[in-house]
Amino acid sequence: MRTGILEWITRRGWRHLLLVAFGIIMIYPLIWMLTRSFMNNSDIFGDGAGGGGLTLDNYLHGWNSLGISFGRFMLNSMLVAIACIVGNLISCTLAAYAFARLRFGLRGPMFATMLATIMLPFHVTVVPQYVIFSRLGLTDTYVPLILPKFLGVESFFIFLMVQFMRTLPTTLDDAAAIDGCGPLRTFWSVILPLCMPAIGVTAVFTFIWTWNDFFTPLLYLNRPDLYTVPLGLSTFSDSAGLSDYGALFAMSVVTLIPVFAVFLFAQKALTQGIATTGLK
Amino acid sequence: MALINEVQQAARGRARGRRSRIAYLFLLPWIAGVLLITLVPMVTSLYLSFTDYRLGTSPRFTGLENYRRMFSDPDFLAAAGVTAKYVFISVPLQLTFALAIAVLLNQGVRGLAIYRSVYYLPSLLGGSVAVAVLWRQLFSSTGLVPELAGKLGIQMGSWISEPAHALDTLIILHVWTFGSPMIIFLAGLRQIPEELVEAAKVDGAGAWRRFTSVILPLLSPVVFFNLILQLIGSFQAFTQAYIISAGTGGPANSTLFYTLYLFVTGFKNFEMGYASALAWILFVVIGMLTAINFVAARYWVHYED
Repeated sequence: MRTGILEWITRRGWRHLLLVAFGIIMIYPLIWMLTRSFMNNSDIFGDGAGGGGLTLDNYLHGWNSLGISFGRFMLNSMLVAIACIVGNLISCTLAAYAFARLRFGLRGPMFATMLATIMLPFHVTVVPQYVIFSRLGLTDTYVPLILPKFLGVESFFIFLMVQFMRTLPTTLDDAAAIDGCGPLRTFWSVILPLCMPAIGVTAVFTFIWTWNDFFTPLLYLNRPDLYTVPLGLSTFSDSAGLSDYGALFAMSVVTLIPVFAVFLFAQKALTQGIATTGLK
Repeated sequence: MALINEVQQAARGRARGRRSRIAYLFLLPWIAGVLLITLVPMVTSLYLSFTDYRLGTSPRFTGLENYRRMFSDPDFLAAAGVTAKYVFISVPLQLTFALAIAVLLNQGVRGLAIYRSVYYLPSLLGGSVAVAVLWRQLFSSTGLVPELAGKLGIQMGSWISEPAHALDTLIILHVWTFGSPMIIFLAGLRQIPEELVEAAKVDGAGAWRRFTSVILPLLSPVVFFNLILQLIGSFQAFTQAYIISAGTGGPANSTLFYTLYLFVTGFKNFEMGYASALAWILFVVIGMLTAINFVAARYWVHYED
């Protein structure tokens, strides 16, 4: 028994030790932030004047410190994220079905264009986009954040779904055709229900990317009551600076909770999504 | 007979035409997006890059002036330097980490799913403002890192406010998000046939030799894929630098990412012609680097066919 353990430690244990230690180093900053978010500012700075107890003050204080509550920012972000998910799902499944299953004249060039736009840095379009949206009076609305998703601009997800649909047997389409289904019916009743894994991956990643997106809201939203979470937090960080560590940490934690929740509940979709996108 | 053939062909032709039309119907949102959100703005921004343009005025054609201006613009040169340093240090470092951990995890480690999740978590959170805020505090004078360094007897100031070290904190942040390339590596490693590695072992190849001569060549397409993805992505990094420097790119331009400079130029100073030129240079540089990588890949990426 003892030699068994010894052997395990020398043979396999070092690997686990290494992996665990490394994991702790990786995660420790997050834990540090979490624990600091429950401490008085004076305790955080380490002079011990705060008494050392845990408190919810940072959360209560931070929540309303900008005059507009973080609840509002969360709600705004949630609204934008849901709209973006709907947009991406509609536009990307439609386009992917055409690319994966239908024959049409411009299929080759259009597919190539779609692939090329995946690699296109969005900065090369951002100035005219901003000019167009502001001329149309659409700054300080969510249209510039949401509309592009309904128009399939995140072509990465189209590619992901094309890859997925290609793995489905074409005999399904043939059978549907024999039963008198047109392309629309085949898409809706046969292909789409089988694409749930790809749809899940798209929804999850759209959520996380939109939730974290900072650049687009920073461009288009000036009214604080419209702010999404990253804008609210960045404004708070500018005003609280280094003086109100605790509340800043508390609000950072709050804004990370939805992403963390998705991470917990959609792990399989996440890991499979990443692994399959590039590698079929 | 011929007539029937003809009719059949015509019918088939019509069917094909209708099918084609239906396909374009499916693609309608995407086509509208490519035209209105991508291609038209792209061409417009190319045009604007040759003009002096501020929002609210009409663009004045100035030829190559914007591009000429870059060479004597100290902020542009700083931004290009900072971004190059960031990309060329953080991407190789991050990929090395990702590959090393993936190889370690691929050796039948128990609890693989847990390790994988823990290492992957930072990738999901890394792009958020919250983590950038955390990073600023970690490396500030009262943060966790100087505190720990102090315990080890190392004197360490506030890296965030030192021009010599501010970029290092962002490089560390990028390396911290090695989880997503790691997962891609893991998926790639799983496709490598066990027999090949075993055969090398039988032939007396040690662990390092097996890695360099068997695993790495077979994994090279995945390495290439990760490299392209991370290069393109890290050139466009923005949020971290913006938060850490409160939108200034400071101290002393040391975190002035290219995209941050572009943002300040176009949307704070409203020099939209110059910002468009900056965007096109970024596009051309990324495009060229990607092209070079694809050419170079012929010499080191092995595809099994």
